[in-house]
Amino acid sequence: MTSKRNPKETAKAIVISSLTKKFEDITAVDELDLKIDRGELFGLLGPNGAGKTTTINLLCGLLEPTSGSASVGGYDIQKEAHKVKELIGVCPQATAVFPYLTGRQNVELFANLHTMPREKLRKNTDDLLERLDLTADANRRVKSYSGGMRRRINLIMALVHDPEIAFLDEPTVAMDPQSRLAVWDFIKELKKANKTVILTTHYMEEAEELCDRVGIIDHGKLIALGSPKQLKRQFSAKNLEEVFIQLTGRRIREEL
Amino acid sequence: MNSQRVFALVKKDLRKMISEPATLFMIILFPVVLTLAFGVSFGAIGGNQPTTYQIGVVNLDSAGSDRWSQHFIGNLTNMEILNLHSYPDNETAQSDLIQGAIQAVMLIPEDFSESCDSFWMAPTNPNLWINTTVQLSLDSASIFATQVIPPIIQQILGATVFGEKPASIPRPIQIGSPSLVEASKTTMFDGMAPGIFPFAAIFLIMIVAQSFSEDRQNGLLRRINTTPTTPTEFMTSQVISNMIVAIVQLALVFAMAHLVGYRPKGDEASLALAFLIVSVFSLCNVGFGLITATLAKSPESATGISFIFIMPQMFLGTFVGFALSPSAQAAGRFMPSYYVTDALTSLFLRGAPISSPMIVLDLAVVSVCSVVALLAGILLFGKYGKA
Repeated sequence: MTSKRNPKETAKAIVISSLTKKFEDITAVDELDLKIDRGELFGLLGPNGAGKTTTINLLCGLLEPTSGSASVGGYDIQKEAHKVKELIGVCPQATAVFPYLTGRQNVELFANLHTMPREKLRKNTDDLLERLDLTADANRRVKSYSGGMRRRINLIMALVHDPEIAFLDEPTVAMDPQSRLAVWDFIKELKKANKTVILTTHYMEEAEELCDRVGIIDHGKLIALGSPKQLKRQFSAKNLEEVFIQLTGRRIREEL
Repeated sequence: MNSQRVFALVKKDLRKMISEPATLFMIILFPVVLTLAFGVSFGAIGGNQPTTYQIGVVNLDSAGSDRWSQHFIGNLTNMEILNLHSYPDNETAQSDLIQGAIQAVMLIPEDFSESCDSFWMAPTNPNLWINTTVQLSLDSASIFATQVIPPIIQQILGATVFGEKPASIPRPIQIGSPSLVEASKTTMFDGMAPGIFPFAAIFLIMIVAQSFSEDRQNGLLRRINTTPTTPTEFMTSQVISNMIVAIVQLALVFAMAHLVGYRPKGDEASLALAFLIVSVFSLCNVGFGLITATLAKSPESATGISFIFIMPQMFLGTFVGFALSPSAQAAGRFMPSYYVTDALTSLFLRGAPISSPMIVLDLAVVSVCSVVALLAGILLFGKYGKA
């Protein structure tokens, strides 16, 4: 059976309606409603445990929602999960790489899992390794990589197949400033290439630097939505950190 | 199913097996060293030197001078591998057997010649035969005596009394062991080798359990699950990569055994069937590995839990099992590895044809066990083991 896109939703990359996920008595995502445009770089902000990763996992088909619905690229995340997975690239928060493979082999594996043609696979792999400064180390086993190098390979593995929609879950956490700037530049290039990027972070300066719009999430609920400028203006705040404090009475990183 | 995904995953698994020293040791070096050590220790090395088995014979045949039993004993005496000792009564022979002076006692019954005569008087009418049994007592501590002696005696009995008639025809005299051996020079290692092949493959359980537990712990299973890879494609890749490993193991063990002088019976077809049986058996071990990974919370605990499946199969189902008590040997029949060893023993030691009913039955049992274990492993891991 072939899946068909819902024509009403094709303008939106992601549509989330009353999405809820409960783990026993804990509500990780609570009645979330959200629409993300195609080509938008959207930041999902919030402290640890706010429900950001759970939301991403729901959208990627790794978790079943307790209630509500969502579509990614016009495909229902429950009924058409396989189609969704063909569209997306996911960079998980915790580095997930095969340590016994080289950097290049890790990247090529995920390119093959997305059935990329051989020529494009080689070109994209070389290009991404070059852009994230890993060409010289590409043929070393990942277990000998530094933490920052692993995180960069982790990111390349998510994007090698040139996905329409990229989920980047805390892609720069625990990175040195230089690597972080390189990744920021890389994410900006994705935006220029008209890719839809959903970025979760608890670095407010990262969201301000990169995102077209941000959604601030706390205790599973969306508590603010808008561009960084709009939110700062709305709350008369100097930065998004102040916006978060005004909304919750807490600093975003105090729970780290 | 997409072959590009499947082969990418197979390649990944094979790279792991080659690049991880612990895995490489378990699947490649361990079987090689084991085969070499056993080959050197148990006499395969040095050009297939024969081992002589001491057999006590108690001849109670009551017929006259031209007794069938005399021909039978004469033919047994001609076998270089057997050294026959005549005993006046069973008690004396049993005493020597208990003391380890001989490895077997063969009791030829009073009506032996009478039974043979009855057969030749009416070869096509079993109703007129006088049925009898040649009793055998074996030294249970000798793995090789228990494996090698019964088929040799069965073979010689058949050749003496019934000529070259097919083994499957009804006969009035029974020993109880299948008549599949062409008696020849046999070393102790010949008796062990068929059991070494499944012995090596059993450790795939640990490799699979560790691999799945590690990938789960490192978030790699979840990550693969964000790609279009289907569970069927993923499991197919596991099956293929582990079958390849099992085939490589078998080839290496076989090559090492050959190097130390092991010359099994059977032709190319026997060898091909042996590879098929061990490949099918590897699926069983993938299944047990998945069940282990479902139960285990970490790769470390997976190693420990895997021995729940490894130990019984190893001790009851491979060459080790033949040295155990009768009850333990009976328990071995519940182990898939028992049927692999049995089939390979029939092929390589007894020289049985690949269409032999016993081998077909062994393959059927191994296949059913493998399908059941694999399905159970996939279902359990899919339901409880992924998180």
